[in-house]
Amino acid sequence: MATTAKTRVIPAGLSREQLHEIYYYLRLTRSLEERLRNLYRQGKVIGGLYSSLGQEGESVASAYALAEGDILSPLIRNLGAMLVKGAKPVEVLRQYMAKATSPTAGREMNIHFNDLRLGFLGQISHLGDMVPVMAGIALSFRLRREPRVGLVYVGDGATSTGAFHEGVNFAAVQRVPLVVIVEHNGYAYSTPTSRQTAVERLADKARAYGIPGRTVDGNDVLAVYEATKHAVERARAGEGVTLLELVTYRRRGHAEHDDQRYQPREEIAAWEGRDPIERYTRQLRDNAWIDDAGIAAIDDRVSEELDRAVADSENDPVAAPDTVLRSVYLDPPAADVLWFRRRDA
Amino acid sequence: MPEVTYLEALRQGMLEEMERDESVFILGEDIGAYGGAFKVTDGFLDRFGPSRVIDTPISEAAIVGAAAGAAHMGLRPIAEMQFIDFISCAYDMLTNYVATARYRAGLATPIVVRGPSGGYVRGGPFHSQMPEAAFFHTPGLKLVAPATARDAKGLIKAAIRDDDPVIYFEHKFLYRRIKEDLPEGEEILTPIGKARMAREGTDLTIVTWSALVWKALEAAEQVAKEDRAEIEVLDLRTLLPMDDEAIMSSTKKTNRVLIVHEDTRTGGLAGEITARINESAFEWLDAPVRRVTAHDTPIPYAPTLEDYVLPQTADIVSAARRLLAY
Repeated sequence: MATTAKTRVIPAGLSREQLHEIYYYLRLTRSLEERLRNLYRQGKVIGGLYSSLGQEGESVASAYALAEGDILSPLIRNLGAMLVKGAKPVEVLRQYMAKATSPTAGREMNIHFNDLRLGFLGQISHLGDMVPVMAGIALSFRLRREPRVGLVYVGDGATSTGAFHEGVNFAAVQRVPLVVIVEHNGYAYSTPTSRQTAVERLADKARAYGIPGRTVDGNDVLAVYEATKHAVERARAGEGVTLLELVTYRRRGHAEHDDQRYQPREEIAAWEGRDPIERYTRQLRDNAWIDDAGIAAIDDRVSEELDRAVADSENDPVAAPDTVLRSVYLDPPAADVLWFRRRDA
Repeated sequence: MPEVTYLEALRQGMLEEMERDESVFILGEDIGAYGGAFKVTDGFLDRFGPSRVIDTPISEAAIVGAAAGAAHMGLRPIAEMQFIDFISCAYDMLTNYVATARYRAGLATPIVVRGPSGGYVRGGPFHSQMPEAAFFHTPGLKLVAPATARDAKGLIKAAIRDDDPVIYFEHKFLYRRIKEDLPEGEEILTPIGKARMAREGTDLTIVTWSALVWKALEAAEQVAKEDRAEIEVLDLRTLLPMDDEAIMSSTKKTNRVLIVHEDTRTGGLAGEITARINESAFEWLDAPVRRVTAHDTPIPYAPTLEDYVLPQTADIVSAARRLLAY
């Protein structure tokens, strides 16, 4: 912060338009989650609701450092990263409400969906598993000599899994173009990082794989962007894997039902004071990279887009079972209807 | 026609597919410079280079996971498990990630996971398993287990070309014991999902696969000679999806069914096959469906112990006789 205050030179080679776009995605992420919370309270969200409140900065800024053609694999608190890559709010709303019109037609929940053409892969709930898969995607880039990069998000908890270890090690040995982002938000469900690992800094784990690791203030949007950009360029240049630890904080519970009794109130309050969006907005204003009218215009645009997205999703029909047996395989095209559901049996 | 071993047929199948389609590559432990623990990929590195024959760390989950990621991008990886016993290290990746990818996310994952399977080789508890049942229960996977050299080749080629994930159980006891004349220049493709009639008969059907097809055939010859009864041997070849039609049609023909498999009894595929026959061909049965399987123990090392635990030809003969007399 101190280094960028009072200077009007935009860091990290970003343009003013890009700064505004980053602000747009930050605001879109937070506001979309607010809309989802309202729908959740109305009973319209079918399953759990996951919030990235307080982490939007690192999610958006890291994804923003990727180029077209790059692929990222989000986790449950990376709504921001998915929006940057082109996921639509209406798709997210339909997913949460299990609508027939959702990207997975009601088969999967929340932000578990993908569009590889746009550049985001669908996650599964088994933490760490996406690391080997992204290592394979990055391997395909290397094998085909495509100048593309993969980026995989894991949390502090996922670094304890065997899949994380196998995946990072495999990627490092194969020198595939992959960026591993460890979002260190303090808790894996209720388990604090101190009970997850004995290392002080999760970035230290990089040394065990022979790759560079770096700890970055995850609530400093431009610092995250700059660090990720550097790691992405390194990967694109064929120099292999980088691990970035982004230090942030999960201000809401694991999911909406979680009362957070294990998170000290004063800890949450302290991190409220380090809100990444407020901080970034202040930075933009202080440096005159945007004015109040500019901010209001983006806020209005987000609000209108979300009004439309909610209207376009809320009344859609919930998924019907007419296609539920299809596409377990390409061939055979559908699973058998069991005898007790058959009218003729 | 040159005589080709089961192992050579498998090799040929992979070589032909790698020549035909440059999106096919292979990854696994010690498969490159060393040529694989059983030399299945001997010479592949020289022929295709290190970007298509990839030696990996000892990381079965990463091997399968990376194969899946590459497959999403349009490549067709063959992931080798050094012994199929180690596939359990990738169980999560296969059952949760790979098997669900098409259904939950519309992602094609055309991978083949293959490795030396089965016992009768004095390999002890961790180099003798036939873990088909652990994956049979997972929608989204296909399982194949060839018994013949022709099918070793035809099924690996079909598995590589299949757009869904396939686990290919190759039997290490058969690697160099089974030989067959395979014509050169003929494309051998064994359709996935279709059983093979290994021996026609009228009095009893044995449903089996992989190495036990040969023991079942031996038993059938003995029973034909000594009991004047003709046993039909149905080689399933594909375990998932299972060829129900072939099973039912043979059941309706012979009215007696014995299921023979190398995996342990409890929760083994024989239970499922029995249930299907019960559901679809109950009225055609003249005797209860019986099964000959491994005993419910880990696979022991000593020849005396392994031979006791695993099903033998004499067990099949004895079981067949009891069923014929029912």
